[in-house]
Amino acid sequence: MQSLSTLLLRSDVLRLIRTFFDERDYLEVQTPVSVETPALEDYIDAIPADSQWLRTSPELHMKRLIQAGHPRLFQIGPCFRAGEYGTRHRPEFTMLEWYCANADYRDILQETQDLLQAVATGLARPEPLACLNETIDLGTCEVCTVRETFAKFTDADPAALSTTEFDRLLVETVEPRLGRDCPFYMIDYPAAMAALARTSPADPSIAERWELYIAGLEIANAYSELVDPVEQRRRFEACAELRRRDGREAYPIDEKFLAALEAGMPPTAGCALGIDRLLMVLANTDDIADVLFE
Amino acid sequence: MYSASDLRKGLKIEIDGAPWQVTDFDFCKPGKGQALYRCKMKNMISGITMDKTYRANDKIDKPTLEERDFIFSYAEDTTFIFSDNETYEEVRLDGEMLGEQKWFLIENMDCKILNFNGQPIGVTLPNFIEKEIAETEPGVRGDTATNVTKSARIDNGYEIQVPLFINEGDTIKIDTRTGEYSERVSKG
Repeated sequence: MQSLSTLLLRSDVLRLIRTFFDERDYLEVQTPVSVETPALEDYIDAIPADSQWLRTSPELHMKRLIQAGHPRLFQIGPCFRAGEYGTRHRPEFTMLEWYCANADYRDILQETQDLLQAVATGLARPEPLACLNETIDLGTCEVCTVRETFAKFTDADPAALSTTEFDRLLVETVEPRLGRDCPFYMIDYPAAMAALARTSPADPSIAERWELYIAGLEIANAYSELVDPVEQRRRFEACAELRRRDGREAYPIDEKFLAALEAGMPPTAGCALGIDRLLMVLANTDDIADVLFE
Repeated sequence: MYSASDLRKGLKIEIDGAPWQVTDFDFCKPGKGQALYRCKMKNMISGITMDKTYRANDKIDKPTLEERDFIFSYAEDTTFIFSDNETYEEVRLDGEMLGEQKWFLIENMDCKILNFNGQPIGVTLPNFIEKEIAETEPGVRGDTATNVTKSARIDNGYEIQVPLFINEGDTIKIDTRTGEYSERVSKG
């Protein structure tokens, strides 16, 4: 259950995040919570709302705004994912997403690290942070490729695994060990695991994507965004096909988003960060209920 | 059939022809990845435990469990005889299946017998029973703190920890789920 201290912590963290982006000339935006069609993702299910859906993320709307000529955008708001309920999940949660034109996933990794430090400094937290039986230094970080990370904790080559085997190893063996001393950025995913990320120009087997872990908790996901409309349509169609095969709803393709890509979108980096998860780390709790008012 | 999203703490499921109860449950899902439902479970017959992980598309069998009202009639050596008040049908259960519960049976007590595929696999007793203390050291006056205890026996020989102020002849309430002292009902 939420205590007064986590209520105040949430307020402080949101204010620090807004100050951080304001100082970097980001525009705060609000895009619809109820959407005509949710982004097609292999394993993210949307909650129906009247004849529409509740957004699973504001990603496609925000990219359309980037394409419309607003190069730096952020948004803090509720997102919804069907069936996700546990000590680290709720069907409704608060997401911070930000997008920056003419940047890539390495740039936004640095910016994420700057954001973490701005929040820690702003909270006047003693460094390092006591969190879930670990001592974590938010002032530094570790950056490892997916391949290196799996080599360290398993004997598997991630590129050779099915997505099912990958997810199981990730959840059961790899994730709990990540970010035990400092934020851990796992970068460069197998190309098959990035519906909306571009592949690396230098190595097409790699998607320019990373995930941030702190104290074994997944905190954020970032991409060099895919801006190629032909490739994006192909991936949406493959995703819809996979969902149909699994007996899950294949949402209609977001044609407004694809039209924006066709009109020409600058190279863009984007990051989605779970506010509730970040609060769990800062409040030193392993149950998301402790940072929510339910 | 259950699907993985039905899993929760306390759910009773069937695996390879045996009934299991989920004792602990955790939903895990990488943001972009597939959900895993990690369960700890206990075999409802043997009591052994195991960990099992399900995926979103997994289907899980529902056990055929039926609970029926019985009353406890009498014991015959290590066999305990229960009867259905209306049909006079008798069920004989071995003391081993009852475990500690056998100490808390009182003649004509209402019980529920759980059947799996028609076979009895367990008994549910009333949560509390009242028993008289048959044997214990004399009570210590003035000390009513319940965190200090001493050994006592009830009429059938069951040994139980009670507070120091309890005397022989006192009637106490016992929690049949834990086998522990709950409160004093009356002085002897």
